[in-house]
Amino acid sequence: MKNTIKQLFHSSKFVIGFVIFVAILLTIIIYPLVSPGNPLEMVGVGTFARPGTYVSLYDAVTTEKDTFKFSDADEKRLANAISDSDREAMLALFDAAAMDYSSIDVNDSNALIEFWDANYQTAMDTAKLKKSQKRDLRLLDSRIQALKAGETFKVVEEVDGETVEISTITKTDYVNTNKVINVRNLPLGTDNFGRDTLRELIAAAGVSLRIGLIAGIIATFVGLLLGLLAGYLGGVVDNIITFFTNVLSVIPSIVLLILINYSISQELRGPTLCALIIGATSWTWTTRSVRSQVISLRNRDHVNLSKLSGHSLMRIILTDILPYIASYVVMAFILQVSSGILAEAQLSMLGLGPKTTTTPTLGLMMNWATLYSAHTTGRWWAYFPVILTITFITFSLNFMNTGMDQVFNPALRD
Amino acid sequence: MSERKDYTNGPLCLSGRNLTRVFGTGAKQNVAVDHVNFDFHEGEFVSIVGESGSGKTTLSKMLLGLLNISEGEILYQGKPRDISNRKKLNEYWKGIQPIFQDPFSSYNIFHKIDAVLLDCIAMRGGKHLPYEKKVEMMTEACSFVNLKFAELTNKYPFELSGGQMQRLMIARIFLLKPKILLADEPTSMVDACSRATILDMLLNLRDETGMTIIFITHDIGLAYYISDTIYIMEHGKFVESGKADEVILNPQAAYTKRLISDVPKIHEEWDLSTVEMNNTL
Amino acid sequence: MGKVILEVKNLKTKYITRFHEDVYSVDGVSLKIEEGKSLGIAGESGCGKSTLALSMMGYYFPPLHYTSGDIIIDGVNISGMDPDKVRTTILGSEIAYIPQAAMNALNPTMKIIRFIEDVIHAHDKSVSKQEIRSRAEAYFKEVGLPPEVLDRHAVELSGGMKQRTVIAVSTILSPKVLIADEPSSALDVTSQKMVIKMMKDLMKNGHIRAMMFITHELPLLYNVTDDIAVMYAGQLVEYGSAHEMVFDPIHPYSHGLMGSILVPEEGTRGANLTAIPGTPPNLKKPPVGCRFAERCKYAKPQCFYTAPAERMFGENGTRMYRCLMDEEELREVYANE
Repeated sequence: MKNTIKQLFHSSKFVIGFVIFVAILLTIIIYPLVSPGNPLEMVGVGTFARPGTYVSLYDAVTTEKDTFKFSDADEKRLANAISDSDREAMLALFDAAAMDYSSIDVNDSNALIEFWDANYQTAMDTAKLKKSQKRDLRLLDSRIQALKAGETFKVVEEVDGETVEISTITKTDYVNTNKVINVRNLPLGTDNFGRDTLRELIAAAGVSLRIGLIAGIIATFVGLLLGLLAGYLGGVVDNIITFFTNVLSVIPSIVLLILINYSISQELRGPTLCALIIGATSWTWTTRSVRSQVISLRNRDHVNLSKLSGHSLMRIILTDILPYIASYVVMAFILQVSSGILAEAQLSMLGLGPKTTTTPTLGLMMNWATLYSAHTTGRWWAYFPVILTITFITFSLNFMNTGMDQVFNPALRD
Repeated sequence: MSERKDYTNGPLCLSGRNLTRVFGTGAKQNVAVDHVNFDFHEGEFVSIVGESGSGKTTLSKMLLGLLNISEGEILYQGKPRDISNRKKLNEYWKGIQPIFQDPFSSYNIFHKIDAVLLDCIAMRGGKHLPYEKKVEMMTEACSFVNLKFAELTNKYPFELSGGQMQRLMIARIFLLKPKILLADEPTSMVDACSRATILDMLLNLRDETGMTIIFITHDIGLAYYISDTIYIMEHGKFVESGKADEVILNPQAAYTKRLISDVPKIHEEWDLSTVEMNNTL
Repeated sequence: MGKVILEVKNLKTKYITRFHEDVYSVDGVSLKIEEGKSLGIAGESGCGKSTLALSMMGYYFPPLHYTSGDIIIDGVNISGMDPDKVRTTILGSEIAYIPQAAMNALNPTMKIIRFIEDVIHAHDKSVSKQEIRSRAEAYFKEVGLPPEVLDRHAVELSGGMKQRTVIAVSTILSPKVLIADEPSSALDVTSQKMVIKMMKDLMKNGHIRAMMFITHELPLLYNVTDDIAVMYAGQLVEYGSAHEMVFDPIHPYSHGLMGSILVPEEGTRGANLTAIPGTPPNLKKPPVGCRFAERCKYAKPQCFYTAPAERMFGENGTRMYRCLMDEEELREVYANE
């Protein structure tokens, strides 16, 4: 046993799968401890806030200020102040005045503004433009001049109907984000309901994993039990079990799942019930493979010897059959967990998964993202991390399984 | 070694009367064992010789009580064998034990060697003996087959060679002391050098305990070396039986004659000129 | 002395396990087979018989790797050749190999004629199917197989017939050397006799010019081959003519092997069988001294640290044995037992 585990960790595939899986598991366990809170709390008003760090403007103005004179601060500010439409308007003016601006790079905001300052007056005088256009250009110019001059904002407060100035914000004022009381990091932004996507995702991964685990345990337990009985006892028992297994396995399990879930009202469908249903429809192939393994074991001489030593049926199954198929059953279990997670995702995508209001699952998150067309409007943070999580969970489980297969299956040993 | 005691007239130990086993029904019906009769005596070393497909393995499973009998009966110590319920079956199995062909599949790979032997002691009713006494018994059994128990206690059977594993099987039989040992090709997967050791141990076992040994083999030279009585089996029937010398040196049945002449020998010429190619498709 | 068809000089090959350990399974084997002669290889399982057969084809696939030595077939050294060239010009036409359990490895979906097409096309793509069929029919008739077999699938044939078909397919290009690894062990004695007769006829009719036959059944080897070599732990420990080897073995290991022969003949019952205790050494770390010393009843202290060289003896010096003890000394020991 110890040896087998040691061998497992010699298989690079198993190790890769195991490391990824453990990393995911640790994240699921540790993140809620570090950052507690209800994963379904709607923190944002409005949908799909971009990923990033959010600083409370309200707290920032009253936070203690520091003064910095960064040399490139003005440039950056100016560059940001000129929008694409401003740029077009400026160039249109030069065109109208038949000025040659080919000497400067029009995408370089600073060069453009320098050129603007030098030629604005002449251009306005020579160009024939409508009045409204000229007014817009004048406004643009005054904005540029104000930015260059470094206008200040006054923060005022109303006390007893009187306006009291409490501070002035100039362009050299900075606040340290550590000193601002409310800074929120939303690495994956918010979803369509304004919920923190990362927190929701981690909670959903936990729930999905639990669904997979319950489904896997049920499928493996039922499959193992029926497979052992059918394989070891043979005869009528085998015929009956094989018949039911065959009937169930010719019906695609997704069709069965859809029908069963559709017939249960959404209010009753919790994650656990969903897991039970998935487990109850996916034991067939475990049964079939356990049965065939047991049949080949049943005719091994050590089982005959055990029988001839007068051991009971129970003891033969527990000591002479089960240990031989244990590694196989563990592998089947891992695959069942992974397919349980995928089955939940499929069902939820169709709107037949667990009810939508109390717990997030990976499938539900996908469902919400699709319903609010996150995928057509470029809100990648609402669905891409979910896809990635499902992929990594199933990938790590399947990789562990392949690694185990290499260790346990003598036919694959090179 | 050449002077062997004659065991062929002892009291009856195991007999078969019209023993038959049929597999399948209708057109697919296959009579694997076809109305065979035999009388094995106490202490007799019997060989059942047949080629693959002759039904010798089916017969051995019926003798062991692992396979139902289609027709006929087995007499155990002169009385019809009764294995109608679990208790009686366990009682019968105290009297007959096997050694199988493949030593590598005869052991539960998860059990250590001393667990295998302790199990035998428990089966003989020695479950509550003091541990020292058990060790003594196991050491005795191992030394009977030239194994050192002290070196084996913490080992698993698969750490031994094929020959050593088969010898451990004999040690198991030595502890169980059944009336009958059914050895199903115990040396066919063992090298020639270890084979001699195992065969001589089986002979010693018989001489020491007086148990009947039923030896199933396809190797007629081996059967001749080891057994008192030889049964030749073809297509589920015994075509010839008798004392080893009579059957081998003076065969009567055509099949026996062919079998003996087709086996390569070293003192007599192995005549290939008369070989007819069987080209039926 | 006839022309030497197959000569192997100090051949060494090894297996590399998945834990990157070397297993020296063939460790310095030299042998010769003359035109029209057959050589038998005897020994316990795990002593390198089958690996020797695999190594002699000059075509290696992992985990088996070539280390050193020469394989010379009719004057051509194939050991350093490009594997692709070996596959297309040597295998099948110069040297043919029938692996253990070959008859159960035939693809059940293919008719026998397809295997023959494959064999011929591997060497010459231009031969038409028509021509192959007429060649195969003629050849099958000659070796005593009904030509109808060509249109059957492998599963439709009986065991003996299947094995004879395998031999016919392997020798259709008239290879100079045929290497057969346990070709008859899975068959009943009657089919075994047919297979052996067929192989002997192939030699007699000149379809193959030399044969190497590997089996653990000594009485069979004695009746099939002219010479016998006994292999132990990757090396040959003794060789000589079949008669000499069975009735006058010199090496303690051969002596033990020959002493365990059981045949249905007078004198077998009650004979004293020789037993050799123990198991062959682990070839990951072969012993420094004599490889058999640990199991040898007659081993002396120097046997454990001095590796014995091959020593020639017998009439005209045609026999070889690998032991530190002298011939007379060993004979005396055996006589006193």
